[in-house]
Amino acid sequence: MNKTRDIAVTVNGDAFEAAVEPRLLLTDFLRQTLGLTGTHVGCEHGVCGACTVLLDGDSVRSCLMFAVQADGRSIETVESLGRIGKMNALQESFHEHHALQCGFCTPGMLMAATDLIRKYPLATDDDIREGLSGNLCRCTGYQHIVKAIRAVVGKSGDVR
Amino acid sequence: MKPASFDYIAADSLDMAVAALAAAGADAKIIAGGQSLVPMLNFRLVRPSVLVDINRVADLAFIAETENDIRVGALTRHHQLETSPVIARHLPVLSCAMTHVAHLAIRNRGTIGGSLSHGDPAAELPMIALLLDAELHIASASGTRTVAARDFFLDALTVDLAGGDIVTEIALPKLPFDTGWGFEEVARRRGDFALAAVAATLTVSGGAIARARIALTGVGATALRAAAAEALLVGHALEPDLTGRVIDAVRAAIEPDTDLHASADYRRHLAGVLAGRALAAAWRRAAESAA
Repeated sequence: MNKTRDIAVTVNGDAFEAAVEPRLLLTDFLRQTLGLTGTHVGCEHGVCGACTVLLDGDSVRSCLMFAVQADGRSIETVESLGRIGKMNALQESFHEHHALQCGFCTPGMLMAATDLIRKYPLATDDDIREGLSGNLCRCTGYQHIVKAIRAVVGKSGDVR
Repeated sequence: MKPASFDYIAADSLDMAVAALAAAGADAKIIAGGQSLVPMLNFRLVRPSVLVDINRVADLAFIAETENDIRVGALTRHHQLETSPVIARHLPVLSCAMTHVAHLAIRNRGTIGGSLSHGDPAAELPMIALLLDAELHIASASGTRTVAARDFFLDALTVDLAGGDIVTEIALPKLPFDTGWGFEEVARRRGDFALAAVAATLTVSGGAIARARIALTGVGATALRAAAAEALLVGHALEPDLTGRVIDAVRAAIEPDTDLHASADYRRHLAGVLAGRALAAAWRRAAESAA
């Protein structure tokens, strides 16, 4: 039952090969096997959105997927967006607008917002709020997160 | 690790999936989008010995138009339904409903076959399948069968599927262009399961309702049609007195539960209010299409 499967996954542009147990969640693969701890683990049952990553460009909950299912696929985590000193436009906007306090939800917020901005016009702040309704933040009251995304929507930047 | 151990089979064809399910016996589970199943695995509420993954069965993901129907492959993702121009043209009530299904990251992954097979009592897709008189195509090692949506949902999280069965396709009759529709939902947050939701269609001919359909979710063990309420509408124009009687019939047709989100009384009241709004929208749209 515990036999492992060999998988080949592209994560943030780098190719990885690993032997994984089928029950290993993609979240745990990213954090523990690859050491990419930017993706956060919150509820582990698809409610909080902290573990959101992009799978072939589409946002998904990495706690609701097994690593073995990512075989042959491409994953992007928050580490793909930028780094200190060279953040992307969305990260800069989160910084500018004080869109994080403890930062626990931030990786999920950034990855969810990246997909939302690509797929929806987000014409109103309500559209942004509804789009983020699957990502829980316990610090900010969401106001600054909505402002940060509002500031980026419509601008040409590297998040689109 | 969160889930109990399981063996994993990634099927690359429907035949392989059906054979794997038959070989694995009653203890196997199909995984498609996994948006309901993986939480249950993570909580160890279910501990299947085998997971048969159908995500690589490419020919189960399609939206196709025939003369009378829209055929949707079981692996079609919610976000594809939400954004499909074919669905928007022929089944706008479905396009509208999909925007209420969970959140983008869930809609990117979740599938129509998975949602219908799971049979959540507050999900939108079972309600829409009932509303539109959909048919489900089901395959197993012993052959294929077709089940009407009205016969498919048996109880909470219980549908007419045996161990080796897999939903392959859903056939949804197109809405005629003289048919108006309405969709109304109240949830605690956008994307949460409905406290109550109502979808309705009205086919209007010569100023009178020729056909009425009202479906509800979140107000009982399964989604349901309010047949007695529908019958009140046929042959009449939608007027306030009639709407009031239809709302009463809708409230009489349901037995909602109390939970920490809402009381049964509130849900019953809400279902009536939403039914009134959905019917008004359907009547307005039917009039617009006749103009």
